[in-house]
Amino acid sequence: MRYAGLLVMPAGFFLAVAAIVLFPDPARRAVFLIAGLAVEAMGLGVAMRGHMQSQGEHRS
Amino acid sequence: MSVSTAPLTETSFALALGLLMLAPLAVAGMALINTGLGRSRSAAQSILGSMLMVAAAALAFALLGATFADSASGTGHVIHLAGKQWNWAGTGTIGLSGFATAPARAQLGLLFQFLAVALAVLIPWGSGADRWRLPAGAAAAVVLAAIFFPLLAHWSWSTGWLAQLGANFGLGAGLLDAGGASAIHVLGGLSALAVVWIAGPRRGKFPREGLSTAMPGHNSIYVLFGCAVAAMGWLAFNTAGALLWCDVALSTLPVIAINTWLAAVAALAATYTVTRVRFGKPDASLCANGWLAGLVTSSACAAVVTPVQALLIGFVAGIITPLLVEFLELGVAIGVHAAGGIWGLFAAGVFAPHSGQVLAQFVAIATLLGFVFPLIYLAFWLLNRFVPFRVDADGERIGLDLHELGGNAYPEFVVHRDDSYR
Repeated sequence: MRYAGLLVMPAGFFLAVAAIVLFPDPARRAVFLIAGLAVEAMGLGVAMRGHMQSQGEHRS
Repeated sequence: MSVSTAPLTETSFALALGLLMLAPLAVAGMALINTGLGRSRSAAQSILGSMLMVAAAALAFALLGATFADSASGTGHVIHLAGKQWNWAGTGTIGLSGFATAPARAQLGLLFQFLAVALAVLIPWGSGADRWRLPAGAAAAVVLAAIFFPLLAHWSWSTGWLAQLGANFGLGAGLLDAGGASAIHVLGGLSALAVVWIAGPRRGKFPREGLSTAMPGHNSIYVLFGCAVAAMGWLAFNTAGALLWCDVALSTLPVIAINTWLAAVAALAATYTVTRVRFGKPDASLCANGWLAGLVTSSACAAVVTPVQALLIGFVAGIITPLLVEFLELGVAIGVHAAGGIWGLFAAGVFAPHSGQVLAQFVAIATLLGFVFPLIYLAFWLLNRFVPFRVDADGERIGLDLHELGGNAYPEFVVHRDDSYR
């Protein structure tokens, strides 16, 4: 789960870069940039949850 | 924020050099904070490790990193995409050759970066307290100083693509980050997160049953004094950075210093209040981290906000920090430096007087989270295969002072068992 989250995060980065390259219109740019950040936040959340689960399995 | 190549006046040169002489206080403060937050049985290893990390980072940066960071030549390795130039790495000389005759601004920029990389590598060192081996810490510092820090420094402080977002895409003035919130703090905080995920928690932190164990630092005085010392270094970084990277007028430096100070005190006041309300009494360790979070946020925004805005930004940082540490169980290095740095970058975009600035800051945050962090994790994961990060269970039980150095920092102290924390 942690690795899945880490793999999702670059998708958000490429979405952000695509936003500034493809959309000269500031409103569309902003929407796509925020969408990119949301994808990254989701990936980080999944990775963090995976880390917490693995911590729970290895309690000492 | 594209770096200026205009020569510095003699006054600006002398002032920037004088300020940078104070910047190592931020490094000293961080080393004290890291040591105070760890256990007494690993204190000597922690402070020696801080010095070793700084040394390893300086060597790696001098031999290789400065080549990619290159703020002197004004050129770089460029990719052409969508009709624009994406400058992704510097083209400096290897091993600092020729820097003795470089322009004064370039020499000061290099000095700034040497001190900044020292601060950046100390952040993950703190997150691996009581379990991260010295050789692994030094190896990680080399990776950060030779690859990741130089790239981020070039992108944000030189002619790199983030600094050029304004010129190429009309996004404000490009990335605004005079004090190094991205290249120092978010980089350090995300590296800290990677270290924690790879090395795992401290032994006894998560017992088989019940809640996680609180592991208070062994010396609150070190932590609080370290905060005070670090503030002086931050004042130096923020004002010298504004001079070097933003080319501000000398008359604006007092406001930048006041903004730095106000962000820190507002964050401390907020954390004091939050911990007082939540626990009935203020928590010294969390208050120290609130102060530090205020300083971290000021790194991005002190040069572009008003004092009232700096107060507000610091106050929010002081509220966020204890909540992140408490509810998400993020280590303080991650909660303070990564989250505080990202908040500072965002706030600089919101309050800066340039149209579209917030989008430039968003692109920088997206780059740090979506591109830099997965690569850091991959690099550290590979490094861990060759130089294992975590000390063995026996070493962690007896403490890293005895295990790695053969002697304790406090030989007359009684060493407590792990279950004494519960």
